[in-house]
Amino acid sequence: MAPGRNLLDKVWDLHTVRELPGGQTQLFIGLHLIHEVTSPQGFQMLDDAGLSVLVPSRTFATVDHIVPTDTHARPLRDAQAEEMLEAVEANTKRHGIQFFPIGSGSQGIVHVIGPELGLTQPGQTIACGDSHTSTHGAFGAIAFGIGTSQVRDVLASQCLALARPKVRRISVSGALGFGVYAKDVILHVIRRLGVKGGVGYAYEYAGPVIERLSMEERMTLCNMSIEGGARVGYVNPDDATFDYLRGRRFAPEAGAFEHAVAWWRSMASDKDARFDDEVELAGGEIAPTVTWGTNPGQAIGVTEKLPRVDELPDDDRAAAEDAYKFMDLVPGRPIAGTPIQVAFIGSCTNGRLSDLREAARVAKTGKVAPGVRALVVPGSEAVRAAAESEGLHEVFKAAGFQWREAGCSMCLAMNPDKLIGRELCASSSNRNFKGRQGSPTGRTLLMSPAMVAAAALRGRVADVRELL
Amino acid sequence: MSERVTAERVTSRRGRGVVVRGNDIDTDQIIPARYMTSIRFAGLEEFVFRDVRFTSDGVPKGHPFDDRRYRGAEVLVVNQNFGCGSSREHAPQALGRWGIRAIVGESFAEIFFGNCVALGIPAVTASRADVAKLMDAVELDPAQELAVDLAARTVTWRGGSAAIRMPDGARGQLMDGSWDAMRTLLEARDQILAKAAALPYVKGF
Ligand code: SF4
Repeated sequence: MAPGRNLLDKVWDLHTVRELPGGQTQLFIGLHLIHEVTSPQGFQMLDDAGLSVLVPSRTFATVDHIVPTDTHARPLRDAQAEEMLEAVEANTKRHGIQFFPIGSGSQGIVHVIGPELGLTQPGQTIACGDSHTSTHGAFGAIAFGIGTSQVRDVLASQCLALARPKVRRISVSGALGFGVYAKDVILHVIRRLGVKGGVGYAYEYAGPVIERLSMEERMTLCNMSIEGGARVGYVNPDDATFDYLRGRRFAPEAGAFEHAVAWWRSMASDKDARFDDEVELAGGEIAPTVTWGTNPGQAIGVTEKLPRVDELPDDDRAAAEDAYKFMDLVPGRPIAGTPIQVAFIGSCTNGRLSDLREAARVAKTGKVAPGVRALVVPGSEAVRAAAESEGLHEVFKAAGFQWREAGCSMCLAMNPDKLIGRELCASSSNRNFKGRQGSPTGRTLLMSPAMVAAAALRGRVADVRELL
Repeated sequence: MSERVTAERVTSRRGRGVVVRGNDIDTDQIIPARYMTSIRFAGLEEFVFRDVRFTSDGVPKGHPFDDRRYRGAEVLVVNQNFGCGSSREHAPQALGRWGIRAIVGESFAEIFFGNCVALGIPAVTASRADVAKLMDAVELDPAQELAVDLAARTVTWRGGSAAIRMPDGARGQLMDGSWDAMRTLLEARDQILAKAAALPYVKGF
């Protein structure tokens, strides 16, 4: 009998248009998501080549990166940002692409709205000019970030030239402890396998811990695959996936839905599927996790002490020394208790309703510490509306958090939300690279949204389990 | 650069070198996000490595890209995992517009590597020991010409040479001029449309 196939193989084979000389595959892209930062140049290149969009019905657009979150009023104060927005409006109109603009109720971070609208579905190939496209893998899709020339390629041909990645199954056994979230799981995975460990691989996340995660948690998990070097991360579709999709705007309608479910199920990895590599991690060993350095693999449990440089593998030492200097942290000291000046809850990693609910549970227990600037930025207009209908905004505001409009905000410095000077930010986003949050000398500690809320109340890195 | 429609055949790149040492140099260092708020790539070269080159007050910190000896360099020499981080093509665009036409390193982040190929910039790897030798040689004599030869799979400098590696697919694309993927992909237009029509989620369940 032929050995079982994994989801990646099934999706890859199904979407293969042809093999290209040189060993790459011409892969059909079932869903293309675009935003204002990487699409204008793509359209420009298309125009320069005198081409049009081949399958406009499979591309969808929104605006997120440069959108200010204090007010969505137009024209945007920043003339360049306004120009980018206008470019998306003009390009989508000219090419007949569906656009979810500010005020439509559907605008938001591209990786939040794709799933929310039911566009993201199992068995698809998905591409977007943003490295966190791996988020959509939560549905059992093969989704990856692409560069601008590739945005042009997808617009022109609905295809990409790609090499098939290997697949590593990461099984997380047991159960997660109290106060431990999907964010901690992925930070733990990256810590264990390294920021380069996933290069050339797609990560399949499996095992009892993963199966019990909600869809939003699976999105958090898959989102940061790229921080572990894996361009693709996915979870096999199951009942949680189908329940999430049922009734969403672009999901198959009632009559067709059961057919869709049968097909989606058939795309999951077979029980006897083969993998190029397998890794097992124990869910019970994962603690609320915090990064201390300038790459997402430099992370420890919140109760641990900062590692001494000589305890680290040879290859990591130079980076660690550099990180300690930049972060102004001292090896051997506990990470808990480190004073913060900014708290950011949001981003495509952790800006969904369940993230805000968890953060609000913590926020309810106190007030933002004096001297801390704390922002809650919903990932989409729909998340914002849903949170408001539950009264979460009141909880945050009463505790001293700012309640913002939807956008990428402080995840990256392309809009007015930025760190200032040496500020240290407890952040629910995905990257702690130098300069990422807008100040070249600003510092980032990545953690779960509940942990960010805890840090905001204490004014210091704190173990969220003490507040829950 | 990438606006070019017909692709050249890239079999080798010759030019002077510039060394940027360090592992895990990410795309935020190569081009800070705050310089990406333009709908064009033109002018990005001005901001390449901005935050590692200058203090926040604009005082140069002595980065190799500001070292007069490296002015006009076309071959960038780096260490491990260069270009990690975001998918932004702005990073190779900024390097390319600054004048970089080939990169030799110990390893590259995957998306960055792909973006380089898409711009016709070969990013090739060599062993750690060879990269160290090459770096020392360039720093000692920045005026010398380096040759990155994809056909022979070597990088040569004055008094030395080393084997380079590049995945066959990408190397082939550069050498036969098919690195501009768009044209190649569109050759299969009919097959693409047939594929679209056959997918259950496109045609309807
Ligand atoms: S929230 Fe951050 S990582 Fe996510 S799409 Fe926006 S900028 Fe990219």
